[in-house]
Amino acid sequence: MNHLVRTPERARPGAASTGTPPSKAPETRRHTRRRLRTARRAPAPEERGVLSEFDRDRAAVRWGLRIAQALVLVGLIAASLGPMLWLAKAAISTTQDTLREPLALWPSGIQWENLATAWNQAEINRYFLNTVWVATGSWFFQLLVATTGGYVLAVLRPRFTKLLTGAVLATLFVPGVVVLVPLFLTVLDVPLFGVSLLNTYWAVWLPAGANAFNVLLVKRFMDNLPRDVFEAARVDGAGPFRLLLFVVLPMSKPILGVVSIFAVLHAWKDFLWPLIVLPEPQLQPLSVRLPVIRDTVTLDVFLASLLISTLLPIAIFLIFQRLFLRNAGLGNAVKA
Amino acid sequence: MHATVRWVRSGGISTLILLLPLLLTFGYFAWFPIGNAVVMSFQETNLVDEPTWIGLDNFTTIFGDPLFWTSVRNTVYFTFLALLFGYPVPLVLAVLMSEFRRGLGLYSMLAYLPVVVPPVVAVLLWRFFYDASTTGVFNTILGWVGLGPFEWIQSASMAMPSLVLQATWANAGATVIIYLAALTSVRAELYDAVEVDGAGIWYKIWHVTLPQLRHILLITLILQVIATFQIFTEPFLMTGGGPNNATTTILLQIYNYAFRFGDYGAATALSLVLAVFLAIMSAIYFRATRSWSTS
Repeated sequence: MNHLVRTPERARPGAASTGTPPSKAPETRRHTRRRLRTARRAPAPEERGVLSEFDRDRAAVRWGLRIAQALVLVGLIAASLGPMLWLAKAAISTTQDTLREPLALWPSGIQWENLATAWNQAEINRYFLNTVWVATGSWFFQLLVATTGGYVLAVLRPRFTKLLTGAVLATLFVPGVVVLVPLFLTVLDVPLFGVSLLNTYWAVWLPAGANAFNVLLVKRFMDNLPRDVFEAARVDGAGPFRLLLFVVLPMSKPILGVVSIFAVLHAWKDFLWPLIVLPEPQLQPLSVRLPVIRDTVTLDVFLASLLISTLLPIAIFLIFQRLFLRNAGLGNAVKA
Repeated sequence: MHATVRWVRSGGISTLILLLPLLLTFGYFAWFPIGNAVVMSFQETNLVDEPTWIGLDNFTTIFGDPLFWTSVRNTVYFTFLALLFGYPVPLVLAVLMSEFRRGLGLYSMLAYLPVVVPPVVAVLLWRFFYDASTTGVFNTILGWVGLGPFEWIQSASMAMPSLVLQATWANAGATVIIYLAALTSVRAELYDAVEVDGAGIWYKIWHVTLPQLRHILLITLILQVIATFQIFTEPFLMTGGGPNNATTTILLQIYNYAFRFGDYGAATALSLVLAVFLAIMSAIYFRATRSWSTS
């Protein structure tokens, strides 16, 4: 029978049985096994989708769903994973192989040295470290501004809180491209300080800190922390700084994790801004350098460079998968 | 005097110190440049001489540039194609995926994977895939079914759709995840209610699922329009605006004004024009999210 494929699930009896109201089981099935299966796996009432249990028991729907699932799986593997697997293969193939038969399943020989050549000769090592350095600083300033700012706006709440929150929120409505040129001129000649940040990492780090999204995200999180804890800490003699460091920050770990990961990943992806403010090649991150490397090295080494540049973001994604898939895009922030 | 003492006693100084990071970064790198954008639009700025007021000259320059309408047309075309390719795909995928009872985690992961690939890597990789020779990656695949070879980004008519295809690949996953989250909040009673009346699957999708998703659909629509109007990396790295300016977008124009021709005033003026348009979109977005979160 077709559902024999599903043995692994049944091998763990009772694994999914808890919390399922028995009443959800359809009464009119002849196949006891299937009924048991549906009963066990029937989701809580509020979690159902378009298809009802009744729909799912119809052969046409069951098969349609199975075929759809197989198609989606094949499609996703081909479209999402395919290019990455191809890159992984091409990164260790010879230029000849990649050019002549780009879709050969197996290269004529594995050329591990592409990765070493990219890392050393194409100086990916330097640009990799530059990127790490850019990301670290951006992360630090984003976290610094978001925690202190969010803390003042959510916990200390001085008189001008509303005005300030509004001013921060307002910047969300101004698309990044609009300030591109004025921001560049600010960086060239920082008002009152009279210094130029061009060709320094400060030019990337400091503007990264001015991220309204982070501030509002952290503020919202801290708004929902129990205020009586703060009062208790205050009665115990904790000042604003101690309250932040020892009470509020430890309670805010989840949101700080979210902000951190997206900060690092965003810094890794950023292209236009570092391109503009870091014209000195020795300082540039991978994203800015890769298009130049493309024209200066052989194809195999270039593709190896692309692979190396992708590994860290993908590793971060795989490790923190849940966090991404729960907070992806703006969906969650908007809802919060 | 008295007020100052009270301010200090109530922790005013520490509040101010804690606010400094926010005030300084936003002051220097958000509020000041935003204000300056408006000022600069009416000035001539070339970094050599002091900026001088020139009234509406920057606007005359950008509107008089024959490439202005080309870039607007290209950007609108990109946005249109991105909606055509990219808007239905995540929705269909998410509605389907939400019905799968197993492996949803794996599917979501696969769908989201392209989103984490750095855009520069993705664009450069696709640029290679778009190789116009018969042994190009895409041409090889299409060759298996007897199609092609196509010129992809080397042909003026195919360049833009090629860019959109890549951008859709890179971004659709994020939208899928948003829809998946939204689909879990569709109220089950509604399905139960129409089922009592004998509603079929398509009826349920059309009359329950989609209406329940209408706010999030509007939000993703606007977010996508805002994002696609700022398209830069793809044309910049894949085609450089070519062939024959077929992929010159508004942002590419802004970049060229400022960083190729040194006309910072014109670049800012064009940014401002784009900003006004996007601000209208954002306002709609804000209203939509507000009514959505309160409903």
